[in-house]
Amino acid sequence: MRRVVITGAGTVNALAQDVPGTLKAFAEGRCGIGPLDFPDVERLSVRIGAQVRDWTPEAHFERAQLTLLDPFAQLALVAAREAMAQAGLGKSPGAPERWGAVMGTAGGGNSTVNDAFRTVFAEGKNRVHPLTVPRLMNNAAASHLSMEWGLMGPSFSVATACASSNHAIGLAFQMIRSGMADGMLAGGSESMLNFGGLKAWEGLRVMSPDGCRPFCATRNGMVQGEGAGVFVLESYESASARGAEILAEVRGFAMTSDAGDIVAPSAEGAARAISGALADAGLAADEIGYINAHGTGTSANDRTECAAIHAALGASAERVMVSSTKAMHGHCIGGTGAVELLACLMALRDGIIAPTINHVQADPDCALDIVPNTARQVPVRAALSNAFAFGGLNAVLALSKV
Amino acid sequence: MRPDVQDQIISIIAREAILEPAAVHPDMTLDELGLDSLGLVEVIFAIEEAFDISVPFNANEPSQSHFDISSVGAIVRAVERMIAGQAPAAA
Repeated sequence: MRRVVITGAGTVNALAQDVPGTLKAFAEGRCGIGPLDFPDVERLSVRIGAQVRDWTPEAHFERAQLTLLDPFAQLALVAAREAMAQAGLGKSPGAPERWGAVMGTAGGGNSTVNDAFRTVFAEGKNRVHPLTVPRLMNNAAASHLSMEWGLMGPSFSVATACASSNHAIGLAFQMIRSGMADGMLAGGSESMLNFGGLKAWEGLRVMSPDGCRPFCATRNGMVQGEGAGVFVLESYESASARGAEILAEVRGFAMTSDAGDIVAPSAEGAARAISGALADAGLAADEIGYINAHGTGTSANDRTECAAIHAALGASAERVMVSSTKAMHGHCIGGTGAVELLACLMALRDGIIAPTINHVQADPDCALDIVPNTARQVPVRAALSNAFAFGGLNAVLALSKV
Repeated sequence: MRPDVQDQIISIIAREAILEPAAVHPDMTLDELGLDSLGLVEVIFAIEEAFDISVPFNANEPSQSHFDISSVGAIVRAVERMIAGQAPAAA
């Protein structure tokens, strides 16, 4: 089985429209959550979110291309361009049939759906934009990535709600490891900060009206975000052969299903995914220095996730650093695991641990070192990234220095 | 308690709990009725639709939501207060 490494990273999210800006925000513990700004926001009961501000699609795309791109695909393409540039790939290296793109998303072209519904239902019109379907389809981001770089191997979208990105990156890792592909663009993208998208979330009554405080005793819900993260994954041999800078090695991946409740999380299912990723990576629990938690800030997730980390890591849970960066970039749903993987790269490369900001008061149910409020400088050799989705679908990635 | 409000709420809860309305009494808790968290948000939605009110409820902190869900009767009283607050003339 081949070793798999990451040689490029890109992102657009509420904190910044590139990786350096995002890592700086992580290190500073900056919060990207603020008042939402879009039509009809005054009809929502929760009006905060981590919105990508000052987004100028015209700066990135020709008008003819833009007409095909929902915001979720725009964010994915711009993130992928940054990743490919960092990897030093103007186009795919080697055989294009051996490269592909796998992208996570939950809502796909949700804002295109919102616009089309507004047109026919609210405005009473009888036609929508002719390219509504290619804009809204869930696989649009993966397809545009394949088109931009001529990747002719396996490309597809993965939709596992809040775990979509981790499933996508994990599948890309497995495909390269097994020899099915030589390189993959992998990550996730989400943009559903619009009236219809958030109206649906309101119904569940799990969103906080005032902020995201993961693992804090005062936490009262999640805060929605938007964004994309894309990574270049390739075999260790090909990366070394062309002298590419290796950002980290993807060591292991595991996915499990709770097979229980459609929304309530299970510590057992999450713990099996964490243990599975460690076993797949050949890493012992005490080798993990940092865990990027799912840490949504809901009452149920954070309590359950802490129990799962204790169950999977045993005594090592006492000293591992665990943080949730969602307090900064919001919950980017299908894109969140990809944005959060950047915190793992920062820990492994720079030895900077992104903090869990907005921490006010310890919760006895969340007894872990959650790196409250301030980033920490600690060398880390191996890290995990957790993602636990509605529907009881769990996906955990294990990374290390090469 | 206003009988019409109580009857309507019992009918909503009974439908969600898949019980006959006669089997739902004001002193019963939602747990006793077998309603889980999803059932509860559906009940609240139905109440909001039926009485044209907006119920302040956050599933993360049900006990601090200023909407008492400790029993069927408590829900009825909370809804009555909200109806009275929003439309005093009708009370």
